[in-house]
Amino acid sequence: MKRSILVAAMTMTTLAGAAAQERTKFEFWYGLTGDLGEVVANHCKLFNESQTKYEAVCTGQGGYDKAEQNTIAAYRAKQQPTIVQIYDAGTLNFMLSGAIYKANQFDKDYGLNVDWKSYFPGIANYYATAGGEMWSFPYNSSTAVFYWNKDAWAKIGKNEAPKTWAEFADDLKALKAAGVECGFALDGDTWMNLEQFSATNNIPIATQDNGYGGLSAELVFNKTAYVDHMKNYKAWLDAGYARIQTTQVGKNLVQAFADGSCASTITSIANHGTVKNTQVPDLKWDVAMIPVLDAAKRTNSLVGGASLWVMQGKSKEEYEAAAAFLKYVTSPETGEKYIVKNTGYIPVTVKGFELLKSEGFYQDPKMAGREVAIASLTASAVGPNSRGIRLGNFTSIRSELRSELEAVFTGQKDVQAGLDAAVERGDQILRRYEQTYKGAALP
Amino acid sequence: MEKRATFSNLWLAAAFIAPQMLLVFVFFYWPTGEALYWAVTLEPPFGGSNEWVGWLNFETVFSDPKYWNSVRISIAFAGLATVLSLVIAAMLALFVDRRLPGHQLYKFTFFLPYALAAPSVGLAFRFIFSPDAGFVSAINRVWPNLWNPALDGWDAFLLIVFAQSWKMVGYNFIFFLAALQSIPRSVTEAGAMDGASVLRRMWDIQLPLIAPTLFFLVIINITDSFVDSFGIVDVTTSGGPARATDLMVYKIYFDGFEGKDYSLAAAQSIVLMLLIIALTFIQFRFVERRIHYS
Repeated sequence: MKRSILVAAMTMTTLAGAAAQERTKFEFWYGLTGDLGEVVANHCKLFNESQTKYEAVCTGQGGYDKAEQNTIAAYRAKQQPTIVQIYDAGTLNFMLSGAIYKANQFDKDYGLNVDWKSYFPGIANYYATAGGEMWSFPYNSSTAVFYWNKDAWAKIGKNEAPKTWAEFADDLKALKAAGVECGFALDGDTWMNLEQFSATNNIPIATQDNGYGGLSAELVFNKTAYVDHMKNYKAWLDAGYARIQTTQVGKNLVQAFADGSCASTITSIANHGTVKNTQVPDLKWDVAMIPVLDAAKRTNSLVGGASLWVMQGKSKEEYEAAAAFLKYVTSPETGEKYIVKNTGYIPVTVKGFELLKSEGFYQDPKMAGREVAIASLTASAVGPNSRGIRLGNFTSIRSELRSELEAVFTGQKDVQAGLDAAVERGDQILRRYEQTYKGAALP
Repeated sequence: MEKRATFSNLWLAAAFIAPQMLLVFVFFYWPTGEALYWAVTLEPPFGGSNEWVGWLNFETVFSDPKYWNSVRISIAFAGLATVLSLVIAAMLALFVDRRLPGHQLYKFTFFLPYALAAPSVGLAFRFIFSPDAGFVSAINRVWPNLWNPALDGWDAFLLIVFAQSWKMVGYNFIFFLAALQSIPRSVTEAGAMDGASVLRRMWDIQLPLIAPTLFFLVIINITDSFVDSFGIVDVTTSGGPARATDLMVYKIYFDGFEGKDYSLAAAQSIVLMLLIIALTFIQFRFVERRIHYS
């Protein structure tokens, strides 16, 4: 009797073991780190618990840039993951890589039934080819918004955020007069200073529709209203209205805003939660759309964040598992809602947004204001200047501009000279990229 | 007649050195060859269609004023950090060698910094020298804006020099101390009996006798500051502000891994490699001649 129980128990263990082994495994690499990385890891865990057929093996790569570097290295060694999370700036490299399984094709082959039309146009266009095909799945998305301290603005008798840059300049002056030490925290990050500014004001950054038209695009931001915008930044720094806040200084933009030392800043909506969690207790603040030059002509802001790419060269079984995972993490209920609730990112589809609205998500005082990001992303129809940026080696171009801005802000260089130098060097980078991909057609 | 132990069986000899040769080949010659290949082609990140471009990558590197800026910074960095850490280490070693009270403890603690990885050193220095919140911020309270490595390129450069020399002091110290202790006591004692003061003995007897060690450490320090400073720069300044700390090795990392321009980074690696080889060669060829080993 005892023995038969033992045998039965053993058989069951073996069977259970076999069942666990039967799960088809596939690899998913992600770039988010810290709290956000844990949210992604937990997303995998939820997927694995939601069914018994597949298992996602999820590995954090320690940063967006590392995720791209490691995927390239792994692909060259034929050890690539099935799915990888790649940040906005890596999109072009992946499109030209020949190493990916196009998302729209994958959707057809494995029956995901993705409703591509439901993606917000600002998000879909950023990740789509010039022909409008989606080659990756938008996952975590954000955009830049204006964070402002209500108490500081109350001192100058205002209870709403400035809508235009001119109004903002007046506010800064008044804030200084009212005794506010630092009215605006800024840094050399081009995503806010150049990219969002140009998109929301319908100004080009480069020719060929910011590069969507072909690899021969040339930078133009040293000849647009962006130059005056940077002159204003410099003037505000000189007048003591604004201050440079970076990690190296001791406090970055978010920290300087959250502890009340600077009255406003512009940064990603993804930091909304961080500010809520780290702010000094009595800080009264809100977010608004970033100021524009002409409030009547505001165009949509650009998306930031990352999308999920499927890599070539995996088995059919792994792709089936990957398909189930992608279905899970992109659906409004199990995907978007989870990401939005646990981070500061925004829903990427109209359906996801509607779902959250219907559940009263944005009425929650902790979350109130996050819908501003959606309003900013959908402020206008997507035009050639607000569609996105499709420039080769854009990471290096950003870095060239950042270095020049650092020189400009610290008074080593004149604004125009700095931007001219950045454009000249940026164009050299673009020409090298064009030559490296000679013969490759931009999709 | 020189006596030499030789293998009569050459095949056996070859078999014995094969594992070592294989390691050297796999970890040194192969990657170097690959870098050389990339440096004369244009390599797309995901591999594939390399196009032969000859000297183009090197021309791009050499015609770039930012590259020369980075070379200048690297040389200044190597020189300053080496001198600073050698002087401090030599002083520490000379005094520990005099067996002052607690010298055993010093011996141990002075070596500790070298056990830290460069990025941890960088992180510590970033916090200590942070202009808003670090220990050094006290200076800024007395003289506002005197110290700000985030905005002032010169401050940032000093910061990485301090961090690098602090890291190397412990290593240099151990070598100096070992060299000092190998000097026969009778020599210094003879000096003392002749009436030479402590400082005079250090300057005229001990330092000349440890010259071979000094020479060895100069090479090690310069090489280390050229190739191993990446961690410190990456964590403290990321090459900024306005490229004031854009060392050669950091620029290679940035162009290759961030910019995904593997060919440009490979060309710069080759240049750096040649520079290190040349430095070592010059030092052995010309400096070593003037050093008396015994």
